[in-house]
Amino acid sequence: MSDLSLETAQAATATRRPARVLDVVVLIAVVLGLWHVIGTWTHGVAIAPPLQTLVYLAGLLHTEMFWSHAAATLEAFLLAFVLSALMGLALGLIFGVRRFAGEVAEPILAGFYTIPKVTLYPVVLLLFGLGMSAKVAFGVMHGLVPMTLFTLGAVRNLPPVLVRTARVLRLSPGRTMRWVLIPACLPDIVNGLRISFSLSLLGVLIGEMFSSQRGLGFLLVNGMAQNNVPLSTAIVTVIVAIAIAANTLMLRFVRRFARRADEMAG
Amino acid sequence: MTGQCHVSLREAVRRYDGPPAVHALGPVNLEIRRGEFFSVVGPSGCGKSTLLDVISGLVRPSSGSVHFEDKELRGEVPDGVGVVFQEDSSMPWLSVRDNVAFGLRTSGLPKKEVAGRVDHAIRFMGLAQFAGHYPAQLSGGMRQRVCIARTLVLRPRLILLDEPFGALDQQTRLLMGDELLRLWRETGATVLLITHALDEAAMLSDRVGVMSARPGHFIDMVETGWPRDRDSRVISDPKFGALTARLWSSLREESLKTMGHAA
Repeated sequence: MSDLSLETAQAATATRRPARVLDVVVLIAVVLGLWHVIGTWTHGVAIAPPLQTLVYLAGLLHTEMFWSHAAATLEAFLLAFVLSALMGLALGLIFGVRRFAGEVAEPILAGFYTIPKVTLYPVVLLLFGLGMSAKVAFGVMHGLVPMTLFTLGAVRNLPPVLVRTARVLRLSPGRTMRWVLIPACLPDIVNGLRISFSLSLLGVLIGEMFSSQRGLGFLLVNGMAQNNVPLSTAIVTVIVAIAIAANTLMLRFVRRFARRADEMAG
Repeated sequence: MTGQCHVSLREAVRRYDGPPAVHALGPVNLEIRRGEFFSVVGPSGCGKSTLLDVISGLVRPSSGSVHFEDKELRGEVPDGVGVVFQEDSSMPWLSVRDNVAFGLRTSGLPKKEVAGRVDHAIRFMGLAQFAGHYPAQLSGGMRQRVCIARTLVLRPRLILLDEPFGALDQQTRLLMGDELLRLWRETGATVLLITHALDEAAMLSDRVGVMSARPGHFIDMVETGWPRDRDSRVISDPKFGALTARLWSSLREESLKTMGHAA
């Protein structure tokens, strides 16, 4: 790409920015409108309308109770996510490099991925007991497999010429891993992190909803059990906001790396 | 500068275990002289790239031996050997400067020395304006120049090129050929070029080896007799046509075999 075409591309991106902002504003307006219609139509029995929810949420954010539940969820989620990410990355790299191990493991992992994990939750409870460790284990069960499969796929699709180049440059296996394999696979690894993030959070929340006395999942179920619709709607709003923010951040990462990796496809 | 044996192959054979088992190369006997520009042509699938892999040390011969500077290669790339592949091997996450410097990451050289070598290689390959660009922002030819510059900073004594201009248009290939000749003259390195283009081999080389259909072995050696300070203008020399014709007459029968036709 010449300097001229690079400048043209940058100018095009700059002109697209206001249109994107408009898209986001319209999307938020549509979601809020729908939310309001459903809330009003059901007389606040299914979900509380947006304004009522935001007022309730503002009050909730000032209570110690909310923050202690949020901290419990955050702790369990961070543990589950970090474990899923690290273990998934390591397993994905091993299965990607060791072709035979990958060919054996992939169908097993894909099979496990399709099982509704909630059916295994009684087993998790028996193994880990009630509390933090069960929530973390359930989060890992959700987040580990996609991270492993994404990393495995990234290593498999790595252009062999990069590995040959590493050999020609006489890099050790460790340096090949750090300097070639991981950077080349990074866009797919970040994609895996995105999915793993969402599913680890889902696993932790499900764990809290089914058998826990603490956490946002517990608070959500408690709100539903007490017919406290503004509470449950406010908790869902918080969870959705966190998920969207994290996903947007990671998506930006992926796009930045994807731009640089574009030419690998020619 | 040429004369002394730099690379030698003795009865080198490469077989790949199946299924199906493939006898890819050999037996090959070859001596490449120090400072020589040697090209290899042959029909598709005859084992040209396997020959390069064996000479570079990326692949160990199944039998026979390969020597580089009188040391036998045993499945490892020796110091002093640089390889440029046909495929784009630039690292998309690194800028041109970092791509070129990548080759020296493990060299242990002082930073100043590394910066000097990188600057020189970038200037030499005409990439000075693009040092901060990423591969995605470059054309195919420029990316290949980045890969050559990355090899150049290592100051290899033997440069192996596996159809490095295969994906480029004819005009760019001629110009890249000129740059390759300039690089060869200035570095004094021995060059082994694998190519499917007979005119490229005839234009660039001191000597061209013609390989048979698989399992590849040399069926002809053609001395071009070009002066050392040649460039792509040799294609207008009447001798160029004769050289290309000689290469084709040696290769035609083998190419027909590859295509499944009787000669």
